[in-house]
Amino acid sequence: MPLEFEKPIEELESKIAELEGFAASSGVDLSDEIRGLRERLARLKSETFANLSRWERVQIARAPGRPTTLDVIAQLMTDFVELSGDRTFGEDAAVVGGLARFEGSTVVVVGHQKGRDTKENIRRNFAMPHPEGYRKAMRLMDMADRFGRPFIAFIDTPGAYPGISAEERGQAWVIAQSIQRMARLRVPAVAVVLGEGGSGGALAIGVGNRVLIMENAWYSVISPESCAAILWRDAREAAKAAEALKLTAPDLLALGVVDRVIPEPDGGAHRNPQAALANLKQALSETLAELGALSPEALLEDRYRRFRGLGQFLEG
Amino acid sequence: MALERLFRRRRAQGEARDIPELWAKCPKCDAQIYKKDLEHNLYVCPKCSHHLRMPASKRIEMLADPGSFEETTRLRPTDPLGFVDTEPYPKRLERYQREAGRPDAIVGGRCTIGGVPSILLVMDYAFAGGSMGSVVGEEITRGIEQAAQEERAVVIVAVSGGARMQEAALSLMQMAKTTLALDRLWARRLPYVSILTDPTTGGVTASFAALADVIFAEPGALIGFAGPRVIKQTIRQELPEGFQRAEFLLKHGMVDQVVDRRRLKAQVAQVLGLLHPARVRL
Ligand SMILES: [Zn+2]
Repeated sequence: MPLEFEKPIEELESKIAELEGFAASSGVDLSDEIRGLRERLARLKSETFANLSRWERVQIARAPGRPTTLDVIAQLMTDFVELSGDRTFGEDAAVVGGLARFEGSTVVVVGHQKGRDTKENIRRNFAMPHPEGYRKAMRLMDMADRFGRPFIAFIDTPGAYPGISAEERGQAWVIAQSIQRMARLRVPAVAVVLGEGGSGGALAIGVGNRVLIMENAWYSVISPESCAAILWRDAREAAKAAEALKLTAPDLLALGVVDRVIPEPDGGAHRNPQAALANLKQALSETLAELGALSPEALLEDRYRRFRGLGQFLEG
Repeated sequence: MALERLFRRRRAQGEARDIPELWAKCPKCDAQIYKKDLEHNLYVCPKCSHHLRMPASKRIEMLADPGSFEETTRLRPTDPLGFVDTEPYPKRLERYQREAGRPDAIVGGRCTIGGVPSILLVMDYAFAGGSMGSVVGEEITRGIEQAAQEERAVVIVAVSGGARMQEAALSLMQMAKTTLALDRLWARRLPYVSILTDPTTGGVTASFAALADVIFAEPGALIGFAGPRVIKQTIRQELPEGFQRAEFLLKHGMVDQVVDRRRLKAQVAQVLGLLHPARVRL
């Protein structure tokens, strides 16, 4: 299913394919027509993709086929061993994690996990974790510290699950604890916003020395729909809310909330996951190399300074 | 009662605006309470013990030793995103400032509590529902850092609808900033008591408010991560009686005690006395 703004492109693409098919089977020379359409397609693409609204980027961030945490691990890492459970209550499939090798070295990885289809999405609760998911993440942070291995977190959640069971088991408490635990890591910590960075449920694994973001990902205090429902009293005003929230990668870079934007191929990572992942690999590699030079104390201080400076106000 | 009705009518007609309402009504048992009495009783209904919302300034009077409070909060909010919804954020800020009589949703400073040198930080629901933006996050962070430098305990009274939407990602980052600051306090063995009052939800609960050495909650206070309305919309069923109330959180192991406001000062002072380095041995 193409995204709304992709439809004209998709239509033109299929028209070109149709003409090419006809030309090949009938032997009629349509090369001029096809060339013309290809030029139009290129123009349409560059116009559409160069002027994406914030709301359109939010849709790209949610697009089916966009690389998920497990895709990233499968493509960029080797020897992945998935580790499950929080050793307290249960297993939460909305958060995945484990051990892997990145460029030959052992790392500890964790991330929110969306499903690739409806069935998997239901099993993974649409990547909305319960407290046990964050406890699993904290367990993996402990492991990273114990073995002195870098910790890499992939953020892709609409938010922590807002439900009775989650509240009963202390959703707010585990998010706070996970923020604190990650802040205390004595190893390099990198967070990458892959798709959706929904509020505290995202930040819980977002306290990296460096926070990277994919070009079309979003990260904010609330989803555009929820923000619209509260401030405009109408969730259908989500496009306006997305504009107001300044939730895109370039916005966040300007605010200092993220440190680096990872470029995506034209139209978004879902159109060419391989190209997006290659860019991600390079960014991760450079970031880990940079942080690898710092001592545990320097890493703690670096993380403190990174978050200490965020916020804008006037001295009274 | 008749007097109250008289005042109400006058106010409704736009006259005698400066005459204060003398009576308040308990939202739980409907009792009419003389406002002076209510204030005297720390905004707890004398009939049914329902805890009404208490103004931030009264919180300070209640918790700080008399004459010891010296305000240090002084930051003013700005509009980092140029946020406009149905009206521009600066316009909203002006209104909140007028309503609450302070620059943002927090007031705090140095004081002693039961003789223990402390930093007391009180959120103010009257300002934008106690929402946390850059100013609240920075004041709390500075308060904690100052406590660490001056060997003071920290007491924070939380009341908040959550993070402030109009500062978006910067509001979210205040959760991390305040949480990181707490480690400065812990390294010096200085106690931190968090008091959760009605309501404490969202990013405030999910950061500094949940990470205290000792957490007290006021009776009946709504406390949680997601608001009840959001939960109801998500699960499409009615919420159980008492869900997300202080007593529910006690039962589920999230807070240390539910404390009646009239005992709160004594209880906080006792904890600080037991844990503050200068008081650990008497
Ligand atoms: Zn009452």
